[in-house]
Amino acid sequence: MPNPFAIIGRVFLSALAEIGRIATFTGHSLASIIVPPIYWRSILGQMWLIGYNSLPVVGLTALFTGAALAQQIFVGGSRFNAESVVPGVVVIAIVRELGPVLGGLMVAGRVSSAMAAELGTMRVTEQIDALVTLSTDPFKYLIAPRLIAATITLPVLVLVANIIGVLGGYIIGTGRLGLNPSTYLQVTSDFLEQSDVISSMVKAGVFGFIIALMGSYHGYNSSGGAQGVGKATTNAVVSAFITILLANLIITVIVFGGAS
Amino acid sequence: MSNQSNKMIALQNVHKKFGNKSVLNGVNLSVDRGKSLVIIGGSGSGKSVTLKCVLGLLQPDTGAIQVNGNETTTMSSRERKKTLASFGMLFQGAALFDSLPVWENVAFGLIQGKGLNKKDAKEIAVEKLRRVGLTPDVGELSPAELSGGMQKRVGLARAIAAEPEIIFFDEPTTGLDPIMADVINDLIVECVQDLGATTMTITHDMASARKIADNIAMLYQGKIIWDGPKSDIDQSNNEYVEQFIHGSAQGPIEMDVFRA
Repeated sequence: MPNPFAIIGRVFLSALAEIGRIATFTGHSLASIIVPPIYWRSILGQMWLIGYNSLPVVGLTALFTGAALAQQIFVGGSRFNAESVVPGVVVIAIVRELGPVLGGLMVAGRVSSAMAAELGTMRVTEQIDALVTLSTDPFKYLIAPRLIAATITLPVLVLVANIIGVLGGYIIGTGRLGLNPSTYLQVTSDFLEQSDVISSMVKAGVFGFIIALMGSYHGYNSSGGAQGVGKATTNAVVSAFITILLANLIITVIVFGGAS
Repeated sequence: MSNQSNKMIALQNVHKKFGNKSVLNGVNLSVDRGKSLVIIGGSGSGKSVTLKCVLGLLQPDTGAIQVNGNETTTMSSRERKKTLASFGMLFQGAALFDSLPVWENVAFGLIQGKGLNKKDAKEIAVEKLRRVGLTPDVGELSPAELSGGMQKRVGLARAIAAEPEIIFFDEPTTGLDPIMADVINDLIVECVQDLGATTMTITHDMASARKIADNIAMLYQGKIIWDGPKSDIDQSNNEYVEQFIHGSAQGPIEMDVFRA
C-alpha cells in the first residue's frame, strides 16, 4: 500500500515546482513587456479579440446578474421594510465584486482557452520554434502583446459591465418592483464611492493579466499533439478561474479589510 | 571529414538526456563550408534533437557545438540571435504561421529579423515564391489553403528568403508523394547551389539523401556510427548502414515493435 505521506509530499513538491515554473515564466514575460521591440499591431489585434468580442457575453452576464440581484435584495430587504436599499446594495455589489469577478471569469472562459489553444497548436506544429529560427523572440512576439492587451482591456470591459449590471438592477427595480426611477439613480450615485470604482478597475487589470498569463503559460508549454493542446486549454481555464478568485480575495482584504 | 578551418558546423562529444532517457550519447560530426550533410537514421535515433541542439532550440547537457568557429552552447541570447540570422530552416510540417498570409510568412524573417519595410520584403517574398515554382497570387492565400507540397515549397521559400549561410532541412520529403518529393529535392539542390549555402538535413528517405547530400552520416542510438561521401554509402561495410539503406527488417537494428 502506498505511503500517504509520500503521496502528499510528491503532490506538494510538484505544486511548488509548478509555482516556480509559473514565476519564471511571469518574470520572463514581464521583461519582454518592458524591453523593445513592442508589437503594437499585435497588441491592437489582441485588444479587439479580448475586448470587443467578449462584450456580448460580459454585457449579458452583467445585465442578468444585476437584475437578479435587485430582485433578491428586494425580497430580502422587504422582510425588514428596507426595500429602499436595493439601488445602493446593487451598485456596491456589482462594482466591488460581481462586475470584475464575473466579467473576469467569463473572459477567462473565452480568452484563456483560446490563447492556450492557439499557442499550444503553434507549439506542437513547431511554429514557435520557427519564430526562434527567424530571429524573433516568442515572448516578445506572442506573450507580451497578449499580456498588455488583456491588462488594458479588462478594466474597460468591467467598466462597461458595471454600468450594464447597474442598469439591469434599475430595469427590474423600476419596471417590476415599483421603485422610483429618479430616486433609484440618486441612491445609486450617493452610495457609489470613488474607491469602489478604483478597486474595481485594479481588480479588472489584475484579472486581465492573470487570464493572459494562464492562457499563455499553458499553451506555450503544451506538448503531445492534439491531446496535449486539449489538456493545456482545460488547465488554462481552471487555473485562471482559481487564480482570479484568489486574487479577488487578496485585493478585497487589502482594499476593504480595514473598512468599518 | 574536414580540416578545422573549413568547418562551418562542428559537434564534439554532444550528449543530451530527457529525464533518464539518453538521446544523444557523444555525437561527433562536422560540415564543411558550402557542403551538404545529410543525417540518416531511424525514428528515435536522435536526428531531430541533434538539429535542435545546433539551432539552439535545445541546450546539450555536455559537449561543444561550433558554428562558423563560434561556440554556440555558451552564447548570450544576443549573440545567439545574431547567429540565428545566418540560419534558414525548413521544418518537417513547414511550420507556417496560420495567422499570416503566405507572402508574409516568407517575408517574416526579413521584416522582423532584418527590419526591412513591408513593401520591399513583399517584393523579395514574391521573387522567392517564384523561385520555388509558386505564382504571386499564392502569396495572398492563407497557409491553410495550400496542399502539403505547396506548404513545403513556401517553407523552402521562407528558409532561403534571407539568403542564409546555413540551411537546415528537417525531413523535407516526409508526407509527400514520390513525385512531389523529387520536386522538393530538386528545388533544395538548386536553391542551395544558388546561395552557396552550407546545409544540414535530417531524413530517413534514402532517395532524398542520395539527391541532396555531399556527405552522409548515420545516427544510431545517439551516436554517429558511420559517415562519409554519399558515393561510399553503398560500400560502407557497416551492417547497420546496409540494413538501413536497404530498408530491411532483418539485421542488427531492432525496432521496438519486435521486442513487444
